[in-house]
Formats: sequence, C-alpha cells, structure tokens
Amino acid sequence: MKEDKTMSKFKLVSDGLVKNNPTFVLLLGMCPTLATTTSAINGLSMGLATLFVLVLSNMAISAIAPVVPDKVHIPVYIVVIATFVTLLQLLMQAYTPAMYETLGLFIPLIVVNCIVLGRAEAFANKHGVGESALDGLGVGLGFTCSLTVLGLVREILGSGSAFGYNFIGGHDGMLAFVMAPGAFLCLGYLMVLFNKYLKKN
Amino acid sequence: MEYFLIIISAIFVNNIVLAQFLGICPFLGVSNKLSTATGMSMAVCFVITLATLVTYLINKYLLVPFEITYLQTIAFILVIAALVQMVEIVLKKVSPSLYQALGIFLPLITTNCAVLGVAINVVTKEFSFVPGGMLNLGQALVYAFATSLGYGLAMVIFAGIREHLALNEVPKAFKGVPIAIISVGILALAFMGFSGMVK
Repeated sequence: MKEDKTMSKFKLVSDGLVKNNPTFVLLLGMCPTLATTTSAINGLSMGLATLFVLVLSNMAISAIAPVVPDKVHIPVYIVVIATFVTLLQLLMQAYTPAMYETLGLFIPLIVVNCIVLGRAEAFANKHGVGESALDGLGVGLGFTCSLTVLGLVREILGSGSAFGYNFIGGHDGMLAFVMAPGAFLCLGYLMVLFNKYLKKN
Repeated sequence: MEYFLIIISAIFVNNIVLAQFLGICPFLGVSNKLSTATGMSMAVCFVITLATLVTYLINKYLLVPFEITYLQTIAFILVIAALVQMVEIVLKKVSPSLYQALGIFLPLITTNCAVLGVAINVVTKEFSFVPGGMLNLGQALVYAFATSLGYGLAMVIFAGIREHLALNEVPKAFKGVPIAIISVGILALAFMGFSGMVK
C-alpha cells in the first residue's frame, strides 16, 4: 500500500470520475442507472442518494473493519449498508416525498447496489476513515455524473426538455427514449462514446 | 382470471429485465452462453419464489403487526442472504447434481436486485387488476414465479442473440458490453409491443 500513501486527496476523488467510473468503466449498479434516468433531475437525485449511502457506509465500514471477524464480514457490511439506506428512506420520506415516490423501489434497492458493497470490500476495509470518505465521494460523484448525463440525454431526446426546462415548445419528444428501450440504447451509445474518447488504452 | 392476468403481465408486459430493469448485472454477466443462461434462470426462479414466500409471511405476521415496517429493507435482505446460504447447503446434501448445475450461480443471487425487488414489490405495489389492489399469498407466489419465468425468457432470448453477436465483426468501440446493451435496447423495443395488453 505504498503508493496509496503518496496518492493525493484530489486523485482519490478524481479517480472515481473517469478512470474508475462506476457506470461506463466498471459496469456496476446498472439497474438504478437504467431505471431512474428518465430525466436529468431524477438521475441526479438517484446519484446523490447513492452518494449519501456510499460516503457514510464507507466511513462506518472503515471504522469497524479492524474488529469485524473475517468470516462474517459480508453480512456485517450488508447490515451497515442497509442501516444507512433505511436512514435515507426515512429522510427522503420526510423532506422530499415527491422524489421518494418517483424513485420508488430503487431507493431500498441501493442495498444491493454492487458499487456500495464493492467499495467496502475493495477500499474501505483497508483504509482510514478520511480516505474512505473521499473514495466514496469520488465514486459517488462519478456515479452521479454518469446518471445525470444519461438522464439529460434521455430527457432531451424523449421529452424535448433539459432539467425540466422545455425548449421545443408544445411538441412531444420521442417517447421511446423515456421508456425502457431508450435507456438501453442511450447507455449503449454513451458507452461507445466514452470508450472512443475518454478511455486510455 | 386474475391469475392469468398476473402471469401475462409479469412475463411479457412488465418483463422484469426489459421493462423494470431488475437483475441487469447477472443478465449481462452470464448471458454469454445459452447453457449458463438457462442454469442462472433456473436458480433465480427457485430463489425468487422461495424468497417471496418467506418475506411475504415475515411482512404479514411480523413486521405489520408490530408496526416495524420501516425495517423492511434490512429484514428482507437478511432473510434473502440467509435463505440463499441455506438453499446452497441443502442442495449440496440432497441433490448434488442440481447443485452442480446451479451451484456457481447461487452466491451471485444474494446481490441480485431482482430478488429483493420482487420481494418488496409484492408487499408494497398495488395491482390494478387484482381486487383490493394488494396480492394475497397465492397471487404473490404466482407473481413471483411468473416474474422469474419472464427473467428466464429474456435471458435465454438474449443469450441466443449474443451467441450470434460473438461471430460478427463490430467496430472496436462497440465491442463487448456496448453492443450487448444496444441489442437489449432493441429487444426491449420489441417487448414494448406487449404494453397495453394488460394495464
């Protein structure tokens, strides 16, 4: 872990955005990515919800990792994550009930989002609390950015608006892009663009 | 009649992968070959139906009477994780040949959001074609079983497409996952034709 010590704080965060982008490179958390990106705002909210759980669970897990017996570490991590997801559910029900309704099933499903458990296993249980928080922040921001971009593209094509601001005035967009097929098609083509221009081989 | 509507709705109209986006990771992960795709769908079918039975009963007789439904997420994921472990152990003892066929897929299923998704859907979602809106135990089991059949259907169709895709030349940036996801999109477009059959 020598190189980790010299790793700057900034790099911890920025790695999550491009090099370890959870959506386009690691292909993790596909279900919420496809299901909740019907508009840019929805994608952004789902990203932020996941970010919240990711940072808190990363911090909690890095703090308790030294005392958790190896044999039961997965169940323990899942309970920790589920606790923060329940917390998030209650907070969202209290403060943003409309968004909670829209995202629906996919809020409780953050528990089984492989990104969260993946970061706990790959990073948080070997690093300090502060570093784990930054790692969670980076990966969470990467996820949020991907979801917002995908949501924005689908919203522009599907309903002719961006962040709720309609710019084609009264006309309907291509409905299929808001529905299920559009999610797969947009994600597929965005991945192609990402592979072509951003990924270094 | 409701049972028929539940089955059609769960398999075709609201297909779990192509319309509800649940269980995408294993869907993309193990659909390279037709044989692994069938194995995985059988394992998922088994676990989803069993998990729905247990979580439905826990919700009805434990969480609701004690007014602790806010613990739903935690309770369900623990039950599912424990259940998958148990199924694995029992299967190993009782039917080694079935264990051979499903074995490697079972641990993957714990983190398959399809299982938790169906379990939560069954106890929270309202179904317009069911009298009263909420499913009873029999309907819940039929719904879970039909949903997992829909998962198997999508998986097998997609594995067939993918076996052909592997033989074709595609541009470099499209190779692997991107072309697979675009194919799923076209498949989903075909399944959109079923929408409107059942509300």
